[in-house]
Amino acid sequence: MNDFLDAFQFIGDNASLLWQLTLDHLALTGAAMGIALVIAIPLGVWLGHLHRGSFAAINISNVGRALPSLALISIGVALLGIGFVNVMVALVVLAVPPMLTNAYVAVDGVDRDAVEAARGMGMTPMEVLMRVELPLALPLIFAGIRTAVVYVIATATLGSVAGASSLGDIIVDQATYRLPGVLGAAICVAALALVAELLFAGLQRAVTPRGLRERHRAGAAVGPATTTET
Amino acid sequence: MTSAVSLALSAPFAQAEPVIPEFGRGSSCVRDNGLFCWSWVQDNWSGTLQPALLEHIALTLIAVLIGSAIAFTLALAAHKRGWLATPVVVATGFLYTIPSLALFQLLVPITGLTRTTAEIALVSYTLLILFRNMLAGLSGVPAEVRDAAIGMGMTPRQLLWKVELPLALPAIVAGLRIATVTVISLATVAVFVINEGLGAPIYSALQQTFKTELIAAGALCVALALVADALLVLLQRALSPWTRTARS
Repeated sequence: MNDFLDAFQFIGDNASLLWQLTLDHLALTGAAMGIALVIAIPLGVWLGHLHRGSFAAINISNVGRALPSLALISIGVALLGIGFVNVMVALVVLAVPPMLTNAYVAVDGVDRDAVEAARGMGMTPMEVLMRVELPLALPLIFAGIRTAVVYVIATATLGSVAGASSLGDIIVDQATYRLPGVLGAAICVAALALVAELLFAGLQRAVTPRGLRERHRAGAAVGPATTTET
Repeated sequence: MTSAVSLALSAPFAQAEPVIPEFGRGSSCVRDNGLFCWSWVQDNWSGTLQPALLEHIALTLIAVLIGSAIAFTLALAAHKRGWLATPVVVATGFLYTIPSLALFQLLVPITGLTRTTAEIALVSYTLLILFRNMLAGLSGVPAEVRDAAIGMGMTPRQLLWKVELPLALPAIVAGLRIATVTVISLATVAVFVINEGLGAPIYSALQQTFKTELIAAGALCVALALVADALLVLLQRALSPWTRTARS
């Protein structure tokens, strides 16, 4: 237990270093998530809107999950060298599958009757997408984003072994920071991941249309095995 | 250092046939840190890669087996007493959210730099996935099927083992697939606690940016995950032939 007390002592003594590394950590996470969002969400939403490519859209998350993060970073180092870019690329590769699959499943699974009704009211396909399908799909899309964010924050920690600065810098450098430092940084990373999880859970609730709230909660408790939600 | 010396020594002979095959640290490909040197893999398969692969499989199997036992007990309890589901999901979800590198280190003061530490962390990542899928499978059994079984005079035990569990099998195996692949991925991170598994060659290669070893160990890890996933699909098909036409 003494080790943990020392760890909090370390956090207090090195607040500015930890803050700087937290910012680096968030910058790496933000860059990777930004790129992954731009790739995954439009593609998933568009495929879901067309109800096409279900096999690829669903299986990409199975394949994505089979890519071990440290292995991916290591292959990235071999191909792209040490540094921010290769880790970011690895993180993008890891973040795209859950978001793409969830976006696809979300839009594809929108009640067909609602879509038919919207068409019957004379909406163009674009209006159907923007005003009916997307609002109804948002909770599940956000569930995918939430999964990806937490995953990327966790994996960004590993970026330290490949030359990208993050809170992992301290965790993998026990020789310099000793056990209290390693534990202190580990506590910070865990806290960061939990805060992100809670924040995005709140966001997910906030974007859920009121009529869907109860139904979605019930669905989230059981959770389909094919998607990586929550 | 040795590679620099051997590079300097080999330079004058670069055009000629190698005087001593495998001089220094191996072929010229290895000395030049080529992208992928097949010869290095052949030379180091039995000494480095194969033991790491076997250790990795052992780490994974132990974690998935213990995780399944715990999750199964919890799922059966929650299946009987519905109120248990939420606290278990919250608790295991909390464990699942903690980044692996952090969780491994946080356990070190308690269980030391041991295999136990690695396994505790790995098991904790399987619980949420396994529990949720097991419970979803059990509660997904149609009420009329359950009523019919009870009407046929089945005891609660028979109902569970002969009706509910077989019908829950696809969901349970789906959970096992995700949990196994997740553990295979996270077991590489265990290298920061114990020098075992495929994380070991990856970590040592990262220190020197040795490309062949990075790619070889990384690819082995990906291959292991894909093979394990495929084996579990086959297992599910063998155990539940009646679902073969249905979508899993």
